[in-house]
Amino acid sequence: MAEVRRFTHDSRIPGWDRAADLDKEPAVVPDAATTEVPPELRAAIEDGMRRFPVGDSAFIPALYAVQEHYGWCPPEGIEQAAAVLGRTPAALSAVATFYDMFEMEQLGRKSVYVCTNISCSLCGADELLAALEGELGEDPDVNVRGFECLGACDIAPMASVNGVYVGPIGLGEVPELARQIRQGDDPLPERQLLRRPSADPKVAEK
Amino acid sequence: MTDTLLFKNIDEPGLNTIDVYMAHGGYTQLPVALKMEREDLITELSGSGLRGRGGAGFPMGKKASFIPKGDMQKYVVCNADESEPGTFKDRELIQKNPHQLIEGLLIAAFAVDATINYIYIRGEYDQQADILDAAIAEARERGIIGENIFDSGFSVQLELARGAGAYICGEETGLLDSLEGKRGNPRLKPPFPANEGLFNGPTLINNVETLSAIPSIIKLGAEGYAAIGVKDSAGTKLVSISGNVERPGNYEVALGTSSRELIYGLAGGPVDGRKIKCWFPGGSSTPVLTADDLDVGYDYDSIEAAGSMLGSGAIIVVDETQSVVELAYKLAKFYSHESCGKCTPCREGTRWTFHMVERIKEGTATPMDLDIMAAVQEQIIGHCLCVLGDAMAMPIGSLIAKFRDEFEAEIEANRNERERKLAEEFAAAEVEIEGISA
Ligand SMILES: Cc1cc2nc3c(=O)[nH]c(=O)nc-3n(C[C@H](O)[C@H](O)[C@H](O)COP(=O)(O)O)c2cc1C
Ligand code: SF4
Ligand code: FES
Repeated sequence: MAEVRRFTHDSRIPGWDRAADLDKEPAVVPDAATTEVPPELRAAIEDGMRRFPVGDSAFIPALYAVQEHYGWCPPEGIEQAAAVLGRTPAALSAVATFYDMFEMEQLGRKSVYVCTNISCSLCGADELLAALEGELGEDPDVNVRGFECLGACDIAPMASVNGVYVGPIGLGEVPELARQIRQGDDPLPERQLLRRPSADPKVAEK
Repeated sequence: MTDTLLFKNIDEPGLNTIDVYMAHGGYTQLPVALKMEREDLITELSGSGLRGRGGAGFPMGKKASFIPKGDMQKYVVCNADESEPGTFKDRELIQKNPHQLIEGLLIAAFAVDATINYIYIRGEYDQQADILDAAIAEARERGIIGENIFDSGFSVQLELARGAGAYICGEETGLLDSLEGKRGNPRLKPPFPANEGLFNGPTLINNVETLSAIPSIIKLGAEGYAAIGVKDSAGTKLVSISGNVERPGNYEVALGTSSRELIYGLAGGPVDGRKIKCWFPGGSSTPVLTADDLDVGYDYDSIEAAGSMLGSGAIIVVDETQSVVELAYKLAKFYSHESCGKCTPCREGTRWTFHMVERIKEGTATPMDLDIMAAVQEQIIGHCLCVLGDAMAMPIGSLIAKFRDEFEAEIEANRNERERKLAEEFAAAEVEIEGISA
């Protein structure tokens, strides 16, 4: 058997140290009086807090706000959210690293999730992902990644382009889609899920 | 035969807005329910025979009856995490008819006297969440959500919470932890959420489709609803059909409709007249069935009798050209990625299974590996906090049991292929050495 791979500090888990600066003492709750928080970011976090009776519940909305503001969850953004929420940055990082949609590294701001789960791969998703990576993989503004089932297996193979669901995407349409993503245009408008009628014939009968 | 209930007028333009919804009779059942005694309302829900549409199929009214009475803060949480591979029915309901869900949820909230309520939607459903957010805002503006709704004395709040990409947050207690702003690790049960759920209060958790069915139950009456479908599987069900079929999509049918009618009649069967190798009847977490099982009725008990589960009501069809090893690979990869890591059998078992399927693909596996893999699946089942581990073990176990010869053939073929490549490399290396010595 191959030797077990070791990462930082002899750990077997890659990337565990990314969310923390190991040269520093563990961070305490940032001082709300001295931590500067961009006003829109503060407003967005406070909107999350309004929805729950308990402050911790606003962690996920707060992390979304940070990601929206910076394009990812950088340490300073986490610290600012921690200051607004009155929690430690570590508490927020611990939550952020659990969820697939929070980026703990700076990647392209435009996200392209290509579903590679069962139904989509039965319809050629792996080839679609490879083609999109080929077109956009080098582009620093774009984050192309394979994703688990996105709940749109009826339009397999599909992708979510900045949250907009498109499919089925033929390999021939990939260059066009890649161009639209690069230029920030509406992705394959006629293939968007929101425009798709129900498949059930009983619905159309009426 | 049966009219559509959940999908009634579903493609009507603007049905997602409150005016169109009300023009089609929306928000007329909520005031009816609000005039009922709570006990009678719960009896009505129980009498309808409605079972949970999220996966476990637990009777909805019974679950509501478990919520204790009294003055403590109670909650209804709608599970809109929908991440089970193959499932996309809640998405269409939320996107096209969000008010039906809100109406059903408010009726359930009144039944158990829950004044604070949440819908937890998966983060990837950004477009659907925006639609739902707008619908909640409309309902609030009209006083349908708020203080003393319909002059009933009942005051109610509803908020939307977005997940951020984690299948395990569909498991009800993982969902609660996520709603509380934590990592979405499932909790040890009991206590069940009905006793101690969100913020430690009694909590009723139901799937989007379950709650969306409630307005129809009030309208038709318990007996009217129970008359649809078959014994112990009442009502209509949205079935998401995907994979190798001609017309993938959501279809609303009475429970008990034959699976063949669903797969061939509605979804058109596989393309080019190919045969079906196997199908998942209730999402990727359910044991696979084969072409021999096509005449099984699509209802909770019949699918169970055939050796699988109705699950979330998602049929994934796999045609004869597909490789079972590739299927097992995708399954193992998904569940090992999504295991939350809290229990050892699931965390390690899913990972080891993934590595073993990888070995088959690389050509380094032996037929004995299949027995080890099957044994790992047995070690997982029933030994974990939640059923995510089982959700990998059952389909993979069923694939090995039903398609063992295909696994063996592929192990053999990949082994031979690898040996052939190694021999070629070796021969090339020898030629080089000879070249040097000459
Ligand atoms: C790993 C796992 C994932 C689940 N995912 C979902 C889901 O995405 N949506 C859902 O409604 N139920 C899901 N469930 C089932 C829920 O735990 C719960 O049974 C259901 O939400 C209850 O609602 P119902 O009674 O209306 O079906 C999942 C269960 C497990 C174990
Ligand atoms: S069975 Fe798996 S997913 Fe469920 S709690 Fe245990 S480790 Fe987490
Ligand atoms: S398998 Fe791709 S969206 Fe479900």
